[in-house]
Amino acid sequence: MNKISVSFNLNGDPVAADVSMEWTLLKTLREIFELTGAKEGCGVGECGACTVIVDGDAVNACLYPIPEIEGKNVLTIEGVAKPDGSLHPIQKAFIENNGVQCGFCTSGMIMSAKALLEENPEPSEADIRTAISGNICRCTGYVQIIESIQEAT
Amino acid sequence: MIDYTYYKPKDLTETFRLLEQHGRKAEIIAGGTDVMVVIKQSNRSPEILISLRGVEELRYIHKNHDYHIGALATHRMIEKSALMKNELTALNQGASQVGSVQVRNVATIGGNVCNAAPSADTASPLMILDAILVLKSSKSERQVPIEDFFVGPSETVKAWDEILTEIIIPEAMGGYGTAYCKHARRKAMNLPIIGVSVGLALEKDETIRDARIALTVVAPTPIRIREAEDFLRGKSLTDEILKEAGLIASSPECCSPRDSLRCEGWYREDMVRVLIPRVAKEAAMNARKKLKQTE
Repeated sequence: MNKISVSFNLNGDPVAADVSMEWTLLKTLREIFELTGAKEGCGVGECGACTVIVDGDAVNACLYPIPEIEGKNVLTIEGVAKPDGSLHPIQKAFIENNGVQCGFCTSGMIMSAKALLEENPEPSEADIRTAISGNICRCTGYVQIIESIQEAT
Repeated sequence: MIDYTYYKPKDLTETFRLLEQHGRKAEIIAGGTDVMVVIKQSNRSPEILISLRGVEELRYIHKNHDYHIGALATHRMIEKSALMKNELTALNQGASQVGSVQVRNVATIGGNVCNAAPSADTASPLMILDAILVLKSSKSERQVPIEDFFVGPSETVKAWDEILTEIIIPEAMGGYGTAYCKHARRKAMNLPIIGVSVGLALEKDETIRDARIALTVVAPTPIRIREAEDFLRGKSLTDEILKEAGLIASSPECCSPRDSLRCEGWYREDMVRVLIPRVAKEAAMNARKKLKQTE
């Protein structure tokens, strides 16, 4: 196993890690930085539970080779609330609109929603559906999730 | 076991040097949404991965008479590009329907083409647009029409020491109205049951000056349907002749869809017949828009 040293910005702070070269961003986040908000659902980019934002774009952390993260800015669900713990409007909207049931998809849903709203602050329902089309939820039927994102705009 | 050495060359020169050094032990990776999935699902990896992600010189979309799309352009770039949307509509539609936003943000058009899936969403749009693929090695450069590029599922004419660097679409194709339909069970994270692209160039009196039809998932590679194109050329555009073109294209002489996990062959054949007129109408609408713009 070849090791690699990577340095990047994680939720606003510069970080560095020595990891095996074949690790993914998801494994590094969970096992080195103990940020377990991003989940491994399918592990092959189908379900979106591992969604994080890299340099402004929502990506599947489970398919992101760790050597590619060098110098990038990574935002995970743990970096979405303010440092004082107050929640982001998207997080508040998910709570108020029952956008969360079992919770497994929620981190990824919120990251996809955040990437959307940063690029398009007034999305249509179709825009929202497209933005979360790579995030599978097996509980809500998506209606409450879409309502949550609409309210956060 | 998954164990590889990952190289991140910064430019093409370094990429070719690495390719020559490691030869067939190395595999090229770009966005990784196919390569990483295969590695994880098989639990086996090549010894060496050479990543093109840092080769920024290949990440562009621009028009200089012809349209030039760097192999590293992501599907998301093509989805968002106004130039692609207005002028090469079918390609914009194909790129916009690959995977999900997360996939499109990293997956590249070069990867979609080189992966050579019989279902690739950008393949049939590129076929009707007469795309030319630029293949470079350290020693040579050649241009291959996309129709000659695919050999079979996951097989192309690209040699191991070659890299697809650019896709060129001739300027004239900007004058065609084009459309792509991905016929699938779900709208996202799904492969098409069939993919249909149609390009039409219309005269003001609605005569079809030229027609292009390409299909995916009805043969081992994406295919052009010349019999239906020839039938349409020179005729005046009506519902009846579009219907006839659909019948011609779905005949066994033109396509040979087979049964697969996603659906049975007879349904694919039926959908070729149904969707060609439908996609052609959308292409005709886009062709009329272009005629108006040039007035």
